[in-house]
Amino acid sequence: MNWTLALPEIALACAGLVILLVGVIPGRNTFFGCTMAVIGALLLAAVLVLGQPEGTALGGLYVADAFSGFMKILALLGAALGLVLALDFNRRESLDRFEFPVLALFATTGMMVMVSANDLMAVYMGLELLSLPLYVIAAFDRDNGRSAEAGLKYFVLGALASGLLLYGVSLVYGFAGTTNFDRLADVFSGNGGVPAGVVVGLVFVVAGLIFKVSAVPFHMWTPDVYEGAPTPVTAFFAAAPKVAAVALLARVLLGPFGDLAAQWQQVIILASLGSMLLGAFAAVGQRNIKRLMAYSSIGHVGYALMGLAVVSDEGLRGLAIYMLIYMLMNIGTFAILVGMRRRGRAVERIEDLAGLGGTDLGRALWMTVFMFSMAGIPPLAGFFGKLYVFLAAVQGGFWTLAVVGVLTSVVSAYYYLRIVKVMFFDEAPAEGGLDATTPGLAAVTATTGIFNLVFCLYPAPLLLAAGLAAAALLG
Amino acid sequence: MNAAGFPILSLLTFLPLVGAAIILSVRGDAAVVAQNARWTALWTSLVVFVLSLILWARFDHGTADFQFVERLEWLPAFGVGYHMGVDGISVLFILLSTALTPICILASWEAIGTRVREFMVAFLVLETMMVGMFSALDFVLFYIFFEGVLIPMFLIIGVWGHDRRVYAAFKLFLYTLLGSVLMLLALLYLWYTAGTTDIPELFRHRIPAAAQTWIFFAFLASFAVKVPMWPVHTWLPDAHVEAPTAGSVILAGVLLKMGAYGFLRFSLPMLPDASATFAPLIFALSVIAVIYTSLVALAQDNMKKLIAYSSVAHMGIVTIGIFTFNAQGISGALFTMLAHGVVSSALFLCVGVLYDRRHSLEIASYGGVAKIMPGYALVFMLFTMASVGLPGTANFVGEFLVIVGAWRVNPWVALGAATGMILGAAYMLLLYRRIAFGRITRDDLRALLDLSPREYAIFVPLVLLTLWMGVYPQSFLSFFTASVAGLVERHEAALGAARLAAGM
Repeated sequence: MNWTLALPEIALACAGLVILLVGVIPGRNTFFGCTMAVIGALLLAAVLVLGQPEGTALGGLYVADAFSGFMKILALLGAALGLVLALDFNRRESLDRFEFPVLALFATTGMMVMVSANDLMAVYMGLELLSLPLYVIAAFDRDNGRSAEAGLKYFVLGALASGLLLYGVSLVYGFAGTTNFDRLADVFSGNGGVPAGVVVGLVFVVAGLIFKVSAVPFHMWTPDVYEGAPTPVTAFFAAAPKVAAVALLARVLLGPFGDLAAQWQQVIILASLGSMLLGAFAAVGQRNIKRLMAYSSIGHVGYALMGLAVVSDEGLRGLAIYMLIYMLMNIGTFAILVGMRRRGRAVERIEDLAGLGGTDLGRALWMTVFMFSMAGIPPLAGFFGKLYVFLAAVQGGFWTLAVVGVLTSVVSAYYYLRIVKVMFFDEAPAEGGLDATTPGLAAVTATTGIFNLVFCLYPAPLLLAAGLAAAALLG
Repeated sequence: MNAAGFPILSLLTFLPLVGAAIILSVRGDAAVVAQNARWTALWTSLVVFVLSLILWARFDHGTADFQFVERLEWLPAFGVGYHMGVDGISVLFILLSTALTPICILASWEAIGTRVREFMVAFLVLETMMVGMFSALDFVLFYIFFEGVLIPMFLIIGVWGHDRRVYAAFKLFLYTLLGSVLMLLALLYLWYTAGTTDIPELFRHRIPAAAQTWIFFAFLASFAVKVPMWPVHTWLPDAHVEAPTAGSVILAGVLLKMGAYGFLRFSLPMLPDASATFAPLIFALSVIAVIYTSLVALAQDNMKKLIAYSSVAHMGIVTIGIFTFNAQGISGALFTMLAHGVVSSALFLCVGVLYDRRHSLEIASYGGVAKIMPGYALVFMLFTMASVGLPGTANFVGEFLVIVGAWRVNPWVALGAATGMILGAAYMLLLYRRIAFGRITRDDLRALLDLSPREYAIFVPLVLLTLWMGVYPQSFLSFFTASVAGLVERHEAALGAARLAAGM
């Protein structure tokens, strides 16, 4: 029984239980202490992931390889940074309850299980372990109607997606006779057609997963949930779970259903095209910056899915590197959005950033870096993310994807530039600029900002890691 | 190591960033910070300029090979490297960039009163991008600099521009980006078919004729917007009118050359068949640009818009020269680019002098300036004449060579280019007459001061350069003779091979 392979997940789950217990005991507020403990646990898990040997465990339910390692590190990093963002915000908004970091920790455990799933049952278990805490923290600001609405919407639609997924899984199981990825792959590798039931089941599985990555056509929940949830929760949603869900989608499609690529490829191509177009055009008219980020994240998922749609080593490498860069751009941007306060009150309209270039040049410059990076302008990291997925698309001859991708990136450049314009070209409103940011947020902004700036100097090691991750999944 | 003994091109490229970092790190009182920013930017750009003179001194005129080459591993697994170097085609543009930057900083000394620190940082970053673009010998590296130029330029126009600056900044950015991303796709195609993005190696890589057409149009989308060619030139007048003086100068002086440089560096050597096939298209667009924009320039009431349209016309002559594929035409195009870089920059500076005093760009606001500002009138006249192409000034040599080259290919094209020169004389002289001569109808003009010592310091080098280029063009032509000969030879060899293949 080689359960030690799953040590990172086990450690995280145990840490979650312990922190939950410890958090309850003292009479005073333990939010800060619990958050720190959770961040510590996440970092510990990251160290364990780095030292993890490869192989399958727990009766074939669990797999550890270079791909899972890469994606887990991303998810853990995203979760830890997301919690740093919540520290100050939650205290000011009286959301500083210790359950928040603990729920985030359980969600992260769910992500780890998803990334390492080697069986459709494990997929479902990980997905639910991720989703249930997320439903709760979306509604964490329970006295706020919008937050409660976000939580409820997310829950109802999420439950629907889980239902779709489960239905698809049962169809696949019914026709293939197994839920284990390796044996599914064996079943489908034989020549001869696949039963129609498997294809239907596959489509349902893909639909359920596409909901989780918030790609078109199952994106409808994203803008409302992103807008309604407290800002650090939105930051958390946009970073870690997205990485895990994309990783899971890649593993499910390329692992057990790898030989059915012809069946699911069009679905992913359509989802990618739709997401890029919607992300570009729907964001143009937004006034709320969190809503804008929601559409922007839909667009980014479209680019990432392009890497999956081409079904190649290069594509998967592009996807891995894209998720890395996307996660860090997003966390950096949200570090600035979380800190958007005027006279102590959180604000989230785009116009609230007006004149930031005059009142707080440093923050405005970092925001500019993130916006240009998201728009994919060299020499910033976002450009390289797009470069590698476009390269894979061109290599595979997917010209439609590539052309639509570059054209939508021009359209989306418009709304990213609009934020730069508001910060630098417009005057600060009469009631004064934004309040000063906190050291924690400033540190996250600066770290992710520097990453975006210097990625171009020495990208080789990260590319190598992404390449190994891709090879592990396809090899 | 290279002829300079140290990595000079990297130093030239990244030294401005060091200056920018110093400026950003200065804290304290606003006025002190602004003054420090100005001086730091000026000294940085002057040091860069002096260093770039090493290129002038040590450049070997006798070879078409790349010189001062630097090479570092960057992404070895992908065939992408950090590869810098210059040949006769690019070396003078680096000098043009490094020479214009201190001039622009001087020109903004008083004109830019708000957010001086940010302006100087943006300008130094812009210099990095420009120099890097002309020295990049790797396509990915080139693309990074080529696109990176947009970020500081967007901010310079958007923050320090005039009334419609936001519109102009967005138009510049999105137009150029749209063109560039199509080039990116072509770049990706080349990257994976050739397995490398090293430019000298791509020269040796033969691209099938069918693919050449697509790549040619993808490149055209990008370079035509940058040049700009008719009918995608409409961003330029807006950008020029709204940009601050220094922004206009660098836009006209260097950024407009990026498109033409792209044709010379990529389209011609890598896509010889498609270039030859579509040369008539380029000729047609260029001749339309020359004649149409000259006529439009005649009708302008805004000084900057007039000069902007004249830039489109001059760049039309440049693209004609490039696609003649003979030594005269290409040398003429290169020379015109340099001359236009000096002369139109100077014209925008002349406009800036008036704007600083009167805050109006309308031609009708002026008249009789020659009586009030004699020194200025003299300088302005010299550059007007140079822009018209008077023999003895810079533009004449280049345009003459282009027309000679074009005549050998197609006399009608040469006729079109020559018509443009005649119309150019009409609108430039008209502009000069309406501003400098005539009765002084407005009393507020009488109080205008003639050029200040700082402004003389700006104009004197440009005047000397214009006359030097006009009187002794050989000292510039000799830089690119070998490279142009190499380019033409390679082009003909490639075409010959293609014809041979078609004949068999």
